Amino acid sequence: MSAPVIWIVLPFLAGTVILFIPNTRVASIVGGVVTALLALAALAIPIDTALLLGSVSFKISSTVQILGRSLLLSAADGPILAMIYGLATLWFFGTEAAGSSGRFVSLGLAIISLLVASIAVEPFLFAAPMLEMAALLVVPLLVSPQQKPGRGILRFIIYQTLAMPFILFSGWMLAGVEASPGDIGLTSQSGVMLGLGFAFLLAIFPLYNWIPMLAEEASPYVVGFLLWALPVFTVIFALGFLDHYAWIRTSPGLSNAIQFAGLFMVASGGIFAAFQRHLGRMMGYASIVETGLMILAMVVKSPLSVEITFMLLIPRGLELTVWALGISVIQKSAQPLRFSSIQGLARTYPIAVGALVLAHLSTIGFPLLAGFPARLVLWEELASQSLIYAFWILVGLFGLLTGAVRTLAVFVMAPEKTPWAWNESWAQSVMLGVGVIVLFAIGLFPQTMQPFLSSLPALFEHIGQ
Amino acid sequence: MLVEITSWIAVAFILVAATTLLLSRDWRLSLGLLAAQYLAAFVLVLHHWPLGMATVKLVTGWMVTAAIGMTRLSISRDESGAESFWPRGQWFRISLAAIVALLVLVASTGIEEAIPGLGLPVVTGGLLLIGMGLIHLGITSQILQTILGLLTLLTGFEMLYAAVESSILVAGLLAVVDLGLALAGSYLLLADSATETEEEAA
Repeated sequence: MSAPVIWIVLPFLAGTVILFIPNTRVASIVGGVVTALLALAALAIPIDTALLLGSVSFKISSTVQILGRSLLLSAADGPILAMIYGLATLWFFGTEAAGSSGRFVSLGLAIISLLVASIAVEPFLFAAPMLEMAALLVVPLLVSPQQKPGRGILRFIIYQTLAMPFILFSGWMLAGVEASPGDIGLTSQSGVMLGLGFAFLLAIFPLYNWIPMLAEEASPYVVGFLLWALPVFTVIFALGFLDHYAWIRTSPGLSNAIQFAGLFMVASGGIFAAFQRHLGRMMGYASIVETGLMILAMVVKSPLSVEITFMLLIPRGLELTVWALGISVIQKSAQPLRFSSIQGLARTYPIAVGALVLAHLSTIGFPLLAGFPARLVLWEELASQSLIYAFWILVGLFGLLTGAVRTLAVFVMAPEKTPWAWNESWAQSVMLGVGVIVLFAIGLFPQTMQPFLSSLPALFEHIGQ
Repeated sequence: MLVEITSWIAVAFILVAATTLLLSRDWRLSLGLLAAQYLAAFVLVLHHWPLGMATVKLVTGWMVTAAIGMTRLSISRDESGAESFWPRGQWFRISLAAIVALLVLVASTGIEEAIPGLGLPVVTGGLLLIGMGLIHLGITSQILQTILGLLTLLTGFEMLYAAVESSILVAGLLAVVDLGLALAGSYLLLADSATETEEEAA
């Protein structure tokens, strides 16, 4: 048995089997259990190390050969796999509570396994087609068979598809840059190609217009899943580029451009969020701000840059799960999710509203919540470089805070004698409750993330040096 | 010499097919032109890949065409005239295609010199498809046209990429991407037609 078979092939097969389970609850439980087991296995079973089980000795090898290339998941990948499958467990257990269909679990598992394959494939450049395949698999989740496809979904497909040629071609050009580092023309051309590829993949300004559109058109739970899964793996892919090609890290022009893009995303996303009147769009803009912060963390001139990036990745998954689940619960009584429809819902959906607002506040970096430690470190590191950078992050986060305050104000704007009621099901309450507890747990004890961060220097050994 | 002549015939074929695809409102003609584009691309990919691998591109392309065609066949709606600026846009589209063709003519020699070994017909054909695909994406909001634009663009890219990367895994992955794009497009076409049927019934 090899690691790629366990963490790529098995979940894909499990997803295929779950497709034939008609009951959403069963599909959700099976999917959640499968990912939970995979997460535990990633934490407990060391890759490429001989293990003794009774009298039987076995070893999980790290590599599988496919068509002359290899899929490699080393021991250092274990914590990342545990993090990814752990967060996927939350998403899949929440499927029924969110009112999503069973195929969310089956396609979700297939998407996660493709995305894991994207970090395992060697050479790592070939991750681009896998990211594209994962993006295409999201399409049936975003548009139900009875729903008219909107502009958001078409733009999503176009942008994700355009990213792949740019990245593949830039990868080929980068090999030339490695061979002749003095060729400035080739270096700048490959830099532009690579930049465009990642601009499409990570939805960098102004290419993020599909996010709010999609957040308005599609199921918030699916959009939340998409906004968690794709950027997380794209960031890991981008870290691979930064680690592999020294000139990208050392080129002042390129790293300034990346920082500028990140800052623009944080500031513009925050400012736009302040003016939103739709809960889905608000979540979309918050995810844009988070992606901006991740981009800034990747290129911040600090030995901690990789750790900060991953400290942002873990809470992002949690925040989006809780946020999307909260919106999905409310959605049953508020269609469309505009402020005019959600007025006063804090009295009828107190747990969902509370969880949603806390997830929003965590995205801003409120103290005691999961988003706080990473934002504090990032802000500190950026402020030591430039106070202007720190100021623009403040602007973005203040915009998000304005959005949170406006949302909260609308939620509590119930007529005076409206009685308090508890309309969430027990499953919804448990899922939201667990999510909020974990948000507080990470905020209060950020060292709980340490096991996931410990192997990062081995994975990205050149970044931050 | 014969190979060179065949290659340039394929490039001319691409120019005609891609331009007509840009103008065509009949889905049957559009899909025929898409299949023709794949055939021309196959001829050009043969410059760098062995016949067996190049055939993968052709077979995938025709499978893509068949998948979209079968989906479109099951939809009764007539899409012609749905684009608001048609037929006024006809000359506009021809002008855009001419601009792309001129730009490609100018750029392809430079690129061929910068990346020796690609071959001028391959560069010209690839860039033509990429340019026409981009125009397609820029001037339409219809699902079918968008998917055709993306497939045209990807065909152009794959032709150029085949000249620099001959990995079987990449060829396989790109084939899956093409098929996935066609299936995603077919799914969206069906969802779109289902809602329209419901609206008409209501």
